[in-house]
Amino acid sequence: MPANTENTTKMAPGRAAAVEALRDVARVPGSPKPDPILVADQVSRQFGGLKAVDVTHVEIQRGAITALIGPNGAGKTTLFNLLTGFDNPDTGEWTFNKTPVAGKAPYRLARMGMVRTFQLTKALSRMTVMDNMLLGASGQSGERVFKALLPFTWKAQERANTERAMELLGRFNLDAKIDDFAGSLSGGQRKLLEMARALMVGPEIVMLDEPMAGVNPALTQSLLGHIKNIREEGTTVLFVEHDMDMVHDISDWVIVMAQGQIIAEGPPDAVMKDPQVIEAYLGSRHGSALTADGASLTADSQGGTT
Amino acid sequence: MDIGQVFTLTITQAFGVTALIYLFAAIGLNIQFGYTGLLNFGQVAFVAAGAYAVGVIVLTFDLSLWLSIVVALITSTLLALLLGIPTLRLRADYLAIVTIAASELLRLLVRSIAFKDVFGGAQGLNGKLGQEFHDLNPLPVDFTLPLLSWSRQDLWVVIVGWCLALLFTLFVWGLVRSPWGRVVKGIREDEDAVVSLGKNVFVYKLQALIIGGGIAAFGGILWAVAKQSVQPDTFQPDFTFFVFTILLLGGAARVFGPIVGTVIFWFLLAGFGEVLSSLINNGYIAFLTPTDVGSIRFMLMGLGLMLLMIFRPQGIFGDRRELALDAR
Repeated sequence: MPANTENTTKMAPGRAAAVEALRDVARVPGSPKPDPILVADQVSRQFGGLKAVDVTHVEIQRGAITALIGPNGAGKTTLFNLLTGFDNPDTGEWTFNKTPVAGKAPYRLARMGMVRTFQLTKALSRMTVMDNMLLGASGQSGERVFKALLPFTWKAQERANTERAMELLGRFNLDAKIDDFAGSLSGGQRKLLEMARALMVGPEIVMLDEPMAGVNPALTQSLLGHIKNIREEGTTVLFVEHDMDMVHDISDWVIVMAQGQIIAEGPPDAVMKDPQVIEAYLGSRHGSALTADGASLTADSQGGTT
Repeated sequence: MDIGQVFTLTITQAFGVTALIYLFAAIGLNIQFGYTGLLNFGQVAFVAAGAYAVGVIVLTFDLSLWLSIVVALITSTLLALLLGIPTLRLRADYLAIVTIAASELLRLLVRSIAFKDVFGGAQGLNGKLGQEFHDLNPLPVDFTLPLLSWSRQDLWVVIVGWCLALLFTLFVWGLVRSPWGRVVKGIREDEDAVVSLGKNVFVYKLQALIIGGGIAAFGGILWAVAKQSVQPDTFQPDFTFFVFTILLLGGAARVFGPIVGTVIFWFLLAGFGEVLSSLINNGYIAFLTPTDVGSIRFMLMGLGLMLLMIFRPQGIFGDRRELALDAR
């Protein structure tokens, strides 16, 4: 298997460190990680009679890119919503940097360094790209209503934030668009903007909900590059995705969900050969129109075994 | 018919006391609805809170007008907290329902027999309201304007009112170009996105409701002081809808939107009325009587609004580009 025999010295340092750290982690659901940033226990959420999420134990390794995959309706986005405080679980405890955070308001979690994006991109349409970015900056004194009317108390901070935003927008190739309304950007550019805006907060972990959904293939590669860069700068990435090829390309660790539970964990190569995973994907997709992913999955697994 | 007189009367109303009352409510609503996206359908309650604070403190308790202004602001803040705390965590529609219900509730409360001693029941509070304010009038006693038909007392109210309105407009301008303004505009666009960036959205919405309500309360204070009368049935829900009309006419989320909207709204409303009355009185329109004018001018106003929404949906000052984005 090429990925396992690959010399770690050839990889980018962040990736090498993540691969090295995860080398000896057991490939079973809920396996303990050497340095987890996020640990969740017994998290469950029921919608009517349907148990959307029922996760016994999961740990997310710091400094790695972890992919959360699974067929439609597996509970990936619901788990995301629960962990980030946007939805309340029926049961469950979880810690972020060893601090218990269950039940905390979502904005508090964001301030602590756990920042998410959304499946349906939430660009603030009638605001400029720059305003979108500046909104991300944390600890702004000008956001207090009493200081807002005294520009001299926040102008310096605003300048510093604008500089940082310019630097980030430059990296995401949006620096020519700063004065455009975010609503005038293309779908892919909005994804980039949302990602850049999340980084403006200065997060320790970014949680991307389907970052590739609705992005044209030409932009996909650059988006992948940006996600890799986020890890190289020491930020942990957790993302939900459908596209197996993309997961294979960038993730250091893959967690597979089906019917609300975690059914497999491991490095991408190992997980994609796991018969349970293949069954979960194909089993749930037989007879549906979404056969393309299933087909590419079987092709991958055959390619691996021959 | 006397075109000069029609024009004079129209201008007098477009910039007059009643227009000013609506203007304050509209400036407040612009912060709440225009910038923050709060569907406050009970703006009239804040105006009533301001007017009744003056009426009760000055007439019922026989205390100073200046104290009543402080009480008006405290009352409107309490009202905003009362309306906002239970509803602002929920979806936008809940605030709309609760505010419209609360504004009617408040009106029925102040006109009830039970509180007649304090609020004056259906007759309201009438008497020497705002004497301290009128005593400060620097205009000469026999002062008359060459063209406009304001009395000396009204002119004093109008001058102070417009200065205050410009001051509040400046205040809004300062707020919305600050990082605070950026957050509330973000909330209008997408609340969850702003939450995900670590902002306590609930507090910002509450602040917007309080500030907008406070400015609207000044409309009520002005009402009590200028008209020397506070009557419950003038605070009907249609007041709020006229304020929304004014805001959309001028362009929501525009600093000068409320001013432009108010002047145009009252110019058209008064203009239709004056022209119609003078046509009827001079026998040009035989099938109408002067008493019909009141309702017909609102019909014409409605027609005008429909035309505006069709041909310039973003309002006079709005930016069509922004409106196009909204539809996506």
